[in-house]
Amino acid sequence: MSIDVGHKARDFKSVGTRPIRPDGIDKVTGRARYGADFNMPGQLVSRILRSPHAHARIVRIDTKKAEALPGVKAVITWADLPDLTEGDAGLYDILDNCMARGTALYDGHAVAAVAAIDARTAREALKLIEIDYEILAHVTDVDAAIAPGAPLIHNDVFAKGVHPQPTTPSNLAERSEYGHGDVEAGFAEADAIVERTYRTEQTHQGYIEPHACVASVNSDGSGELWVCTQGHFAYRRFCAQLLGMDISRLRVTSSEIGGGFGGKTHVWGEPVALALSRKAGRPVKLVMSREEVFRGSGPTSATSIDVKIGASKDGTITAASATLRYSGGAYAGTWADLGAQTAFACYDLKHVKSVGYDVIVNRPKSAAYRAPSAPMAAFAVESAIDELAGKLGMDPLEFRIKNAAKEGTRSSYGPVFGPIGIGPTLDAAKAHPHMSAPLGKNQGRGVACGFWFNFGGQTCVDLNIGADGTVNVAVGTVDVGGSRASLSLVAAEELGISYDQVKAVVADTATLGYNDTTDGSRGTFSSSMAIIRAARNAIAVLRGRAAEMWDIPVEDVAWEAGHAKAVGAGHGNLAPLSLKEIAAGASKTGGPVAGHSELVADGAGVSFSTHICDVEVDPETGATRVLRYTVIQDAGKAVHPTYVEGQYQGGAVQGIGWALNEEYIYGKDGRLQNAGFLDYRIPVCSDLPMIDTQILEIPNPNHPYGVRGVGETSIVPPLAAVANAVSNAVGVRMTHVPVSPPRILAALDAERGD
Amino acid sequence: MVEVKLWGALSASVGGDGSVDIEAKNIRELLRKLAEEYPGVEPYLKRGIAVSIDGVIYRDSWSTKLPEGAEIFLLPRIVGG
Repeated sequence: MSIDVGHKARDFKSVGTRPIRPDGIDKVTGRARYGADFNMPGQLVSRILRSPHAHARIVRIDTKKAEALPGVKAVITWADLPDLTEGDAGLYDILDNCMARGTALYDGHAVAAVAAIDARTAREALKLIEIDYEILAHVTDVDAAIAPGAPLIHNDVFAKGVHPQPTTPSNLAERSEYGHGDVEAGFAEADAIVERTYRTEQTHQGYIEPHACVASVNSDGSGELWVCTQGHFAYRRFCAQLLGMDISRLRVTSSEIGGGFGGKTHVWGEPVALALSRKAGRPVKLVMSREEVFRGSGPTSATSIDVKIGASKDGTITAASATLRYSGGAYAGTWADLGAQTAFACYDLKHVKSVGYDVIVNRPKSAAYRAPSAPMAAFAVESAIDELAGKLGMDPLEFRIKNAAKEGTRSSYGPVFGPIGIGPTLDAAKAHPHMSAPLGKNQGRGVACGFWFNFGGQTCVDLNIGADGTVNVAVGTVDVGGSRASLSLVAAEELGISYDQVKAVVADTATLGYNDTTDGSRGTFSSSMAIIRAARNAIAVLRGRAAEMWDIPVEDVAWEAGHAKAVGAGHGNLAPLSLKEIAAGASKTGGPVAGHSELVADGAGVSFSTHICDVEVDPETGATRVLRYTVIQDAGKAVHPTYVEGQYQGGAVQGIGWALNEEYIYGKDGRLQNAGFLDYRIPVCSDLPMIDTQILEIPNPNHPYGVRGVGETSIVPPLAAVANAVSNAVGVRMTHVPVSPPRILAALDAERGD
Repeated sequence: MVEVKLWGALSASVGGDGSVDIEAKNIRELLRKLAEEYPGVEPYLKRGIAVSIDGVIYRDSWSTKLPEGAEIFLLPRIVGG
C-alpha cells in the first residue's frame, strides 16, 4: 500500500449517485449468462454419486457396468484424483471433500461421478455403480461430538491449541482463546450476572443459483473452466493444484453469479468436472441440483455457546466470558476461532475471555457464510446483553451505549481500536423514529449490534481508453452486488467523465493479473482503490499526450474535469483538450492509452452495525411476523447508495431467515431430512416488510474516497435482534435459533409449566 | 526494537508470553525474525497471519513499516464470506 491511498476530503460528482447498473438489463431480460448458461461443442453431462450414509467405509467400488453403458464417456472415483497436495492438510481436505477417499464422512459426500452424452444416461450410469459400504457410527451434534465416547471421525486429528497437545485423536480440531484481564475478578465485582447456554442451528447461504460449471481439458494438458464463483483466480489455483496442471494453462472465466455469500469461495464439483473432462476428452457440464447444494456444498456451522456477562448497578460491564463450540463439518476448520474473536468486539471490556472449540462432525464441510461465524456469537452475546440490561432495569440501547467500544478501547480480540463506528450507529438508533414507535399486543422490539473485520487483499485492474473516449475497466473481483456500477462510478469520478462513458467488466484469469476472491466485503473497497490508481496512471499518460499535441512540457499540463488544460505563462490560447480528443489522436502520439494498477488493499478497517426489529408473535401458533426492521451501518463513503442499501437489506433478510426458520434437520440415521426449499424455508419478499436502512458515512482513513466494505456486517445482528424482539414479545428468553413456531410454543409451555 | 503482542495460541507457541521484543523495521522482517527466534510459530505463519499496527490490520502488505511506539499485535489471518 502506498501513501496515495490515504483518504482526502473532497466533493464528489459521480460517486454517491444512483445510476442503473450495467448488468441490469441483461438480468431482467434473461440474457445474462450464469453458470449453467454456457455450452461447448461436444459437451457431456455429468452427475455425481453421493453417499447415503453419514459415516461409512467404502469397501469396494465397481464402475465396470456404468462404464459399459452406451453413452457413458467417463466414470471417475477418488483413484482418478491422485493426491498431489504435497502435505498441505487444508488442500488434502478439499480433495477428500470433492471425492471421498476411502471413507464417506457425511450424507451427501461425493463417492463417484459420471460423464455421459445426456442426463438420462448419466443418471442411469450412477445406478450401475456398485459400492459396498461398511457403516460406521456417526455423530452430527456439535456437543455430542466432543463428549466422551463419541464416534471418532478421523484418527489423525489431535487437538491443536491444547497444551500439552493430546496424544489421542478426537473430534476436537482446535482450541483458541482471546481476551485480557481477569474475568473471575471482574465477575466478583458484578452486581448482576447473566449466564446461559445458547444454540444456533446449521444454515445454508441459500444462494438461488446452484453450483454450475463447464470444464474442458485438452489433450495438450491445457484447460478452460466456465464457472459460477466468487473467486475465479482461487478456483484456478485449487483446481490446477488438485489436477496437477500449470496455473497458466487453466483459464477460468466467472459467470454471472446468482448469489454466493461465501459459499462460492470454495471448490466442490469443479475439480471433478475437470477430471471427468480429462478422462473423457470432451467438455463436461456439471450443475448441482438443489438437493446436492444442501447435502454436498458448504453450509455454516451449528453452534453451542456458553456466555456469562456481569455488570455493576451503574450499568458498567465488569466482565464477560464465552465458550464457543462450532461444528466444522467433517473436516477441521477455524470457525470457532472467528466466533471467539468477534463475540465481544462491540464492547469496552476490562476483563474478557472467549474460548473457541472447533469440532468435527458428520456433516458437510462448513464454508464461509457472510461474516463467517460472527452472527452466532453475536446472537449469544447480544441476547445476554439484553437480558442483563433487563436485570439492571436499564434500557437495552442505553446499556449498549454505556459499554460500547470506542477509540482507544482494547478490543476483545487483542489490538487497541483506532477510530471506530459503533458509537455513531448506536446514537443513530437512539435517535431513530423506529425506537419510539408504539408497540401493540403480542409485539416486541429487539435491538442488537454486530461487528465484522472486513479486509482487502490482492487486486489488479486494467483501464483502457478507446478511440472514441469511452473507457473499459477490467476488474478481477467478481461482481456479487452491483460492483460493476460502483467501480464505473469511481473510474468516472477520477477521470472526470460521465458514468455512461465507462463500462466495467470482470476479466478472466488469462487476461488480468491475480485477484483475491470477492469475500471479506472487499470487492468495491479493493477494486475501487486499484481503479483510482489506474485512472491516475492513465491521466499521467493523457497529460503527456496532450503535451505532445500542444508541443509544450508535460509539467505545464493539468487534468481537470475530464480535460487536459495548459497551465502557466504562454499557454493561454490553448483550448482544453477533452479525453475524447486526446483518445482520437492517440495513434499519432504513442498508441493506446491505458492505466494499470496492481496493489494489496490493506487497511479495510473494522465495521459495526446496529439493528432494530419489531415482531408480532401469535401465542397460539408460535408464528412470528416481522413488522418493522431498521439497519444502521457505517459505509465510510457509499459509492452507489442503492447497492449499499441492498447489501444492508440482503444481510438483514438472510439473518432474519436464520433467526426464524432456517435449519438443517438431521435424522437419527445422520441423513439430512430437509434438503430443499420447501422444507428449508428462506424468507421471500411477501414474508417481510421493507427493510429500512440508514447509511452513516464516517470516512475510512485508509481509502482515497473513504470507502469501507459493506457486504457482510449486516448479517451479524439479526439473529439476536429478532430473538430479542421475540423474547420481549412472549416474555420468555429464547436461547435457541431458529426461534421457529415449535420452539416458541415449547418455551411458552415450559414457562407455564405445561 | 518493537514489542509484539500475540494472540492466545501464538502466545503458547513462544512459551506462554503475551508479547515478545523483536528488532524489526517492517512486517516482513518482523515475521522472519519471529520464525528464527521462535520456531514454534512456524505452523501459524504457514497457515496465515495478520499484523495489526495501531488497530489497522495488514494481511499482505509486508513492506509496511512498524512505527516507533506503535502497538503491534499478531492475529490469525481470517477468512470472509
